[in-house]
Amino acid sequence: MYKIVNKWIPENSHILDLGCGDGSMLFELKKELNINGLGVDISENNIQLSLSKGLNVIEQDIDQGLSNFGDQSFDLVLMSQSIQALKRPDLALSEIIRIGKECIVSIPNFANFKCRLQLFLTGKMPVSSALPHSWYSTPNLHLCSLKDFESLCENSNIKISEKKLIKASGESTFLSNFFPNLFAEIAVYKLEKKS
Amino acid sequence: MSELGIIEPEIFLFDGTFSLESGKSLDGFELIYETYGKLSDKKDNAVLICHALSGNHHAAGLSNENDKRPGWWNELIGPGKAFDTEKYFVVSLNNLGGCHGSTGPSSINPLTNEKFGKEFPLVTVKDWINSQNLLRSHLGIDRWLAVAGGSLGGMQAFQWAIDYPDLVEKSVVIAAAPKLSAQNIAFNEVARQAIVNDPDFEKGTHHPKRGLGLARMLGHITYLSEEVMKEKFDRDLKKEKIEYGYDVEFEVESYLRYQADNFSDKFDAHTYLLMTKALDYFDPAKYFDGNLISSLEQTKSNFLIISFSSDWRFSPKRSKEIVNSLVAAKKPVSYVNIESFQGHDGFLFPDNRYVNTIKTFLSSDV
Repeated sequence: MYKIVNKWIPENSHILDLGCGDGSMLFELKKELNINGLGVDISENNIQLSLSKGLNVIEQDIDQGLSNFGDQSFDLVLMSQSIQALKRPDLALSEIIRIGKECIVSIPNFANFKCRLQLFLTGKMPVSSALPHSWYSTPNLHLCSLKDFESLCENSNIKISEKKLIKASGESTFLSNFFPNLFAEIAVYKLEKKS
Repeated sequence: MSELGIIEPEIFLFDGTFSLESGKSLDGFELIYETYGKLSDKKDNAVLICHALSGNHHAAGLSNENDKRPGWWNELIGPGKAFDTEKYFVVSLNNLGGCHGSTGPSSINPLTNEKFGKEFPLVTVKDWINSQNLLRSHLGIDRWLAVAGGSLGGMQAFQWAIDYPDLVEKSVVIAAAPKLSAQNIAFNEVARQAIVNDPDFEKGTHHPKRGLGLARMLGHITYLSEEVMKEKFDRDLKKEKIEYGYDVEFEVESYLRYQADNFSDKFDAHTYLLMTKALDYFDPAKYFDGNLISSLEQTKSNFLIISFSSDWRFSPKRSKEIVNSLVAAKKPVSYVNIESFQGHDGFLFPDNRYVNTIKTFLSSDV
């Protein structure tokens, strides 16, 4: 994941990582690109792990809003596989675009062929390496396909300036690039507001 | 018990003229302080602890062999604790205007050979920072690794970062607020009125024990959450049944009266008045047209802001005001809200997450 986004991020950027997890992405970016990062997370454990990496992190529930962050106040807002776990991904997306001059959002692709096959053949909700949770305990409230996400961007006046399609392992294959909605497991988008 | 053993306080004497924010000045002063741990050869491990309203220099360890109760932050200061004395040189003082050995209203005024009493000038948080900076210099410390405190102590840590940006590497601001609300000031005013309306205060010769006790009772209620009071006392009675009278009946009444007696025996009423005023006046944005974000532009430290979920005196919302202003000023800040039922007093207890957060923040390279 880091190897994909680092090419899209200029050195010394001021970055907000929403749902920063254990902070490993910000840590790598800080080490390699000397970025000035701020993480946001709700999990005590993740906050502690981020702090122990020497990162700055704020305890905040993204679902309660992001109005405390100013318009275009960060060079970049990152949201790595968190948007599907929010109560209102559409509202979060428009907030991310408001806060960041640019944004990088990654999502798990629910229309990946493995998910489709599992649902079709077993009649049960898909479980995969990109989506490892059972339906009853999954944090992923709003799973979508790449097509769904891209049409939300279109409707929200958001331009997709870059897009990278990968498998859960992080690699990019011929099939995931040519038939993304079917073969990609995770999609990484670089977004900005349409001018 | 305390791993630090018996701690001997020391006195720092400043014999110059010390100008105060109010425009008045003091002809020298003394500050009493304690230190825990060792100052490193590079002098880069010093941590200043600032005390709250009724606190003092005795933050950890024991005062003497018979001391049963260690210092007020002993749970957080010591070997392996949040402020690890194996790693840091921790400095704790009694603020100017205090009544535990630093110059204050209960000190003797050399001009009159009597106690200063109400003649002692009001001092502010900014004045405290300036006097603490003289102590820093006296101790041969170039720069604090961290300045930390809870409540009014957190406000001092915050003011340090603004007033001396080059002298603070990390700021730990706990259970504080960027300034007092009208409700906060109102509580302080009731406390002051209780003191000044005590007939013994008016006479000036006696100690206004009743007024000071009332002030303490009121303060104490605001330090606790409803939940913790329920847990400690609920509606429990001292005797078997109610007696339809005005003597102590409920446990909580007995507790408050005990707190009042105990406190008013050893605290100075003028110091209490002065400390509450310092709280009311605290407003670092005042010198920046009321704009807190502007006041933070010059800061250079990395901030850790901590609040407690059940604190209603300086609620998590107030801490978030500080956090949001730091984010808007593009300053490095971390924030945690500790789940606690202790209310404002939460900052005195060694909750695991609270301790680990401070420990990690102090030891990490930021």
